[in-house]
Amino acid sequence: MANDIFHLPEGPITKAELMDLTMKHLLAKLRDEYEPPKSVSSRRWQDNVILGEIVPGSTVLDLGCGQGELLGRLIADMGVKGQAVEVDPEAAMAAMELGVPVLSLDLNEVIGDFPDQSFDCVILESTLQTLKEPLKVMGQILRVGRRAIVSFPNFGHWRVRLDLAIRGRMPVTKGLPYSWHDTPNIHLFTLVDFLDWCQASQVRVAKGFALVEGNVQPLNEDSNLSAEEVLVILEKDEASQRGESTTPTTCP
Amino acid sequence: MSVDGDEVKVLHGPEHPLSVGWTKSQTMTLFDDPQNPLTLESGGVLAAVETEFETYGRLNDQASNAILICHALTGDAHAAGWDLDPIGPLREFRRKKPGWWDSMIGPGKAIDTNRFFVICANVLGSCYGSAGPGSINPETGRPYGLTFPVVTVGDWARIQMELLTRLGVHKIYSAIGGSMGGQIGLELALAYPERVGSIVVLSAGHRVTTQGLAFNAVGRHAIMNDPNFNSGDYYGGPPPLAGLAAARMMAQITYLSEESMGYKFGRRLRGKESPDFTLTGIEFEMESYLSHQAESFVKRYDANSYLYMTRAMDYYEAAEKWGQGDLTKTAARIKARTMVVSFSSDWLFPPELCRELVSAMCRAGCPVSYLNVPSRYGHDAFLVETEAVRRLITIFLKE
Repeated sequence: MANDIFHLPEGPITKAELMDLTMKHLLAKLRDEYEPPKSVSSRRWQDNVILGEIVPGSTVLDLGCGQGELLGRLIADMGVKGQAVEVDPEAAMAAMELGVPVLSLDLNEVIGDFPDQSFDCVILESTLQTLKEPLKVMGQILRVGRRAIVSFPNFGHWRVRLDLAIRGRMPVTKGLPYSWHDTPNIHLFTLVDFLDWCQASQVRVAKGFALVEGNVQPLNEDSNLSAEEVLVILEKDEASQRGESTTPTTCP
Repeated sequence: MSVDGDEVKVLHGPEHPLSVGWTKSQTMTLFDDPQNPLTLESGGVLAAVETEFETYGRLNDQASNAILICHALTGDAHAAGWDLDPIGPLREFRRKKPGWWDSMIGPGKAIDTNRFFVICANVLGSCYGSAGPGSINPETGRPYGLTFPVVTVGDWARIQMELLTRLGVHKIYSAIGGSMGGQIGLELALAYPERVGSIVVLSAGHRVTTQGLAFNAVGRHAIMNDPNFNSGDYYGGPPPLAGLAAARMMAQITYLSEESMGYKFGRRLRGKESPDFTLTGIEFEMESYLSHQAESFVKRYDANSYLYMTRAMDYYEAAEKWGQGDLTKTAARIKARTMVVSFSSDWLFPPELCRELVSAMCRAGCPVSYLNVPSRYGHDAFLVETEAVRRLITIFLKE
């Protein structure tokens, strides 16, 4: 592998040069100690958080349900009335096998079909950063759901920053396990970027969780640096909930 | 290949452990109370409606394991196994092949007869044992012909539900069907929301497309303009086979796709290197296939029944019937767990049409599963893509 770290030259060097080299060696050492972990399903911690946030018997739309473990559990154990969307047919069939009703379609194609405020909760797990038009989808999610649970990898995490700064390469971390050329993550952003959008769009963060060194903790002011992954529970600000909404027809 | 399984691959004989074995159809006379005849949606009245059906497996004590299989346009009640005693010329084909969905139904198969009590009934107006234009009108002592009342998908759903009631089944576990059979399944879920636990709708929708209406019109035109047609009163004389053959050839094209025809036949000539420059002979493989299909079809189907079946498909418009034209309102009636499956190259019931029903269910807040299977086989895919269909049905029926 090529190395972009400077090698110690022979002969005398200035103090400034020495400082510079020391810093570089230090960073190189940090880099060597830090082995980027291989791809790990990050859904487990998120699923556990979500299980605690869903009201039994409520209605849940899971966008990008994967193999449907979460919604399968919500339906089987908590009497949730669920609908899932999963574009990958293999994953969709695995979810169906768990008794989850799944539309094997691109969520962009189908989200418009759901009436305003027709679900108690809409879940978008680790998917936002993969979308072509993430903000359009966020708007739809908050139209369809009374609450939204959204999770994403935090590009502001210190390891990501360090990875880019030291290696000079696109970061490969636990939350972002892909190489630049095969990543499905086409819109990377930091927690702060996301919170800026929430504020500008009258979206309230009712609750937030961060995955920090393998532990789940509530979001705090350090989270943009410390959180590898983030999960937020969003609500549209009361004040902004004006205007007509079509009355959803529901099954009896 | 065809929607009714003309070329079903012979998987195994009746002795095979996965086969339901030898089968014998049964007939039940429904609506046989003279005080309460069956009034059809068209206004026609029938007393004593003969219905032929087959069953496989056993109804459990709770009567909770019944699966209704709904056949397609030219199908019959013989869905699985081997007919022990095919009676009459129309059933000769059964000697060479098992029931039309033998690949799905049997002990240990996707529709597992060790677990389910499976029923398949021939629809009213058909020519396989249920009352139809070829049956004898008791008032005249002669075959009905076109005096048989016009039947609809709604009538079929009602009749099949009546049959189930008589068999001791109040609520069916599932209704499964493709194409016209899918329409019947959907209609059952709309008409009897409390009595239908789930439905699997394959290559079908809440209506046929305008193009579908056009195809059916051409088919009927060919039959009705056959010199032997005689306003449908041809029983006892030569039947309108040329018209029926033309109808079948055209329909066969709609069951395939440009891709599957190209793949299977291309522009290959039939048994020769260069053309004979003949207008009347068969030159291309494609022509040969169609004429062969037509030839075997006319031996096993009645032209009048073809008119009745296609008309019923034409008339079906679930939204008009159940939601004053509003498909969302219609879909809101459905309580059955629902799976809709389309096939990418199907241009008779195209994926977009199947999606309309799925979208309506989403708008209505009804949970639904949908998958568009990539396939080159056109409408036939629901019978040809056995692996995909087997897998989806197995998953859907999993406990």
